[in-house]
Amino acid sequence: MPHPPLTETQGPGPAGTMPPAGGAVVSLRDVTKRYPNGTLAVEGLDLDIAAGSFVSLLGPSGCGKSTVLRMMAGLAPLTAGHIAWPQAAPRLGFVFQEPTLMPWQTALDNVALPLKLSGMARAGRHRRAREMLALVGLAEAAGRYPRELSGGMKMRVSIARALATEPDLLLLDEPFAALDEITRFRLNNDLLRLWEAHRFSAVFVTHSVFESVYLSQRVVVMAAGPGRLFADLPIEAPAARDEAFRTSPHYAALCRTVSEALAGGMAA
Amino acid sequence: MSKRPIRILGLAPEAWPRLLMPLMMGMLLLGAWEFAVRHFGVPPYVLPGPLSIGDALVTNWPSLAAALMVTLRITVLALLVAVTAGVVLAVLFSQSKWVEMTFLPYAVILQVTPIVAIAPLIIIWVDNVQAALLICAWIVAFFPIVSNTTIGLNSTDRNLVDLFRLYGATRWQTLVHLRLPAAMPFFLAGLRISGGLALIGAIVAEFVAGAGGASSGLAYRILEAGYQLQIPRMFAALALISLAGVVIFLALSLLSHLILRRWHESALSPDR
Ligand SMILES: Nc1ncnc2c1ncn2[C@@H]1O[C@H](COP(=O)(O)OP(=O)(O)OP(=O)(O)O)[C@@H](O)[C@H]1O
Ligand SMILES: [Mg+2]
Repeated sequence: MPHPPLTETQGPGPAGTMPPAGGAVVSLRDVTKRYPNGTLAVEGLDLDIAAGSFVSLLGPSGCGKSTVLRMMAGLAPLTAGHIAWPQAAPRLGFVFQEPTLMPWQTALDNVALPLKLSGMARAGRHRRAREMLALVGLAEAAGRYPRELSGGMKMRVSIARALATEPDLLLLDEPFAALDEITRFRLNNDLLRLWEAHRFSAVFVTHSVFESVYLSQRVVVMAAGPGRLFADLPIEAPAARDEAFRTSPHYAALCRTVSEALAGGMAA
Repeated sequence: MSKRPIRILGLAPEAWPRLLMPLMMGMLLLGAWEFAVRHFGVPPYVLPGPLSIGDALVTNWPSLAAALMVTLRITVLALLVAVTAGVVLAVLFSQSKWVEMTFLPYAVILQVTPIVAIAPLIIIWVDNVQAALLICAWIVAFFPIVSNTTIGLNSTDRNLVDLFRLYGATRWQTLVHLRLPAAMPFFLAGLRISGGLALIGAIVAEFVAGAGGASSGLAYRILEAGYQLQIPRMFAALALISLAGVVIFLALSLLSHLILRRWHESALSPDR
């Protein structure tokens, strides 16, 4: 798999359908969400996700991060504002906090699900699902049922499923929150590697300042009551995100900046 | 996965007590029963001993076996119809709140009305006795399947439902690939209850119908033996009914285990 240079500009994507370099894959304008029970979850949110970029959404619990993600995925209707997709029929992938696998299907069939739903023939979707499993290091586990996999393995299957359709935008809602730290570090690195190889755009919701800085090119900090954008911080960091970066003073400084923004958002 | 668990005659060692303990208890009880009957000289028309019941079972085997087949046929047919109708109705319920609101009360009414009370009516209304018996057995077997399957269909993981929506799944795809498989453990639990109920329904209806002749079931054999004061034969028929109930339950448990063993928690440990 060729590794494109680590910039926001982006050549044609897998299907040659990527928007022009620097364009947004999705733009939220003045997005407001009020739930039927009256809760104002998000108010007046403007957000552009540059094509091919990795953006983290950080904020205290209940500030509307999941709501924003669900609105982007078309799973929750907006109350006001609009979401624009410059590219026609963008493909989306979604990774939930729980692996959300079908327990009655093998890892292979779980990964193949989106392809099955789009009508791809069995042989083709299994071939593709096998590739995806190999990509997340689970080639051996194709025939296993979710019950027979560890938490970390299930999450890998979930990521493989989200990548199976070659999404233009990958939405991840605290995907690693339920995992132990060692597994979490490993999956962080795997996710980075996948992103470097495929350059999908990603919106990654997390509670962890460290995780957001390690992974992203940009951290968007939200404040609660009602959910809104509080700070938008570019992460100017080296191309190679690895243990050296994780232990560098630069990383520590970035984390401090983001933490301060988060604290500011919670005080606001 | 790679190392094979130890098995004795196909069963895990820890599963054997589950089988042996009730068997030993049964032997003990039967022995005590035989002893008591002999010791106190209880006449066989009041309470026959297990040996004379066994004897009656062997001597009357041709007529009892034929009756057993008749009863089992009704039971199995009723269960099949209950499964079909129950699942179809549950799917309709899950697709539309309006349908559920409209029809669920009637399913409940059907369930709470004692079958003994309506069996005579059904037997009067329906000319064909076999069909009347089938309807009675169906009525009692049907509700657990409807209610369990409905619960199963409605308790599908919300995130999975969202995932299907995200990938543009049609209603039909969501039903077939998500809701129905997710409802499977619930359906199977309902099926195990319904299996026993179908047998009870068939027997009760036979009692009420009291139909004799070539196509009479075990209940009629019990009535007949009662009139003739052939109590051991009555007990033999009774024993066959219980045995049939146990076999139905075990068969449905096995079915459930085979279907769920790879993925569902309930199938992790050896099932009852
Ligand atoms: N379906 C719903 N109906 C009503 N209110 C909801 C619903 N979902 C979320 N909310 C409310 O909207 C607000 C934002 O919720 P959301 O789940 O988006 O927060 P979050 O930032 O993802 O929180 P967390 O970090 O804990 O996951 C909360 O106040 C929550 O109570
Ligand atoms: Mg959330």
